[in-house]
Amino acid sequence: MIINEFRMTVDSRSVNESFSRATVAAFAAQLDPTLEEINDIKTAVSEAVTNCIVHGYKNEVGKIYITVKIHNDNRVIITIRDKGCGISDIKKAREPLFTTLGGDRAGLGFSVMESFTDKLLVRSKIGVGTTVTLCKKIHGRTK
Amino acid sequence: MSVKTDFDGEILYCRLSGEIDHHTALPIRLEVDDKIENCRPKNTILDFTDVTFMDSSGIGLVMGRYKLLSEFNGTLEVTGLSNNAYKVMRLAGLDRIATITKGVKK
Repeated sequence: MIINEFRMTVDSRSVNESFSRATVAAFAAQLDPTLEEINDIKTAVSEAVTNCIVHGYKNEVGKIYITVKIHNDNRVIITIRDKGCGISDIKKAREPLFTTLGGDRAGLGFSVMESFTDKLLVRSKIGVGTTVTLCKKIHGRTK
Repeated sequence: MSVKTDFDGEILYCRLSGEIDHHTALPIRLEVDDKIENCRPKNTILDFTDVTFMDSSGIGLVMGRYKLLSEFNGTLEVTGLSNNAYKVMRLAGLDRIATITKGVKK
């Protein structure tokens, strides 16, 4: 059961990467997470939002839709959606070190999201957009 | 985000501070690369002690500097990593191309 929910929309500008991860982390803070759990959330959100900016809206500025739902079993479900170009081969995109961009992009965005959360779902349609869902259970400090 | 550098003739020391993400990685990269090109150091140390956040952009930053340094046989050391940053770098296998160490807890 969802006990609390938060939504926000930001422009796909790189300056909003830090704003987005800090805001999501602040909302998740009500579950009294450990510093490591907060860092895991921040890192995963940062990867997902960066993907919207550098891949989804490669040549344009669009909107990034972020929803955070807190369930009564201490699970945080974060959905990050863009209405950008979409991913043609999700399986390939999720492979470690695969990148369509050169330079200093490591091709590890999805790998980092996977290892810093409990579950990662990716849905995408060419020309429609991409939705990434991150699930993480917060065990917290009070245990 | 800022970079402080110091070169003693052999070792280029770069102390990074603040948050490293896709937004901040570019200015850091330009600053460090400029120093590397000018100094041609034998060894380069990237000190992450004052880095408060890092995502996979930090991996690209380290890999890119490694590539540049290996053009003239320079070596790379990454120090002062937080648990989180260490986890990200190990995930990328950066321990195979550079010496990476965690920082002491303050």
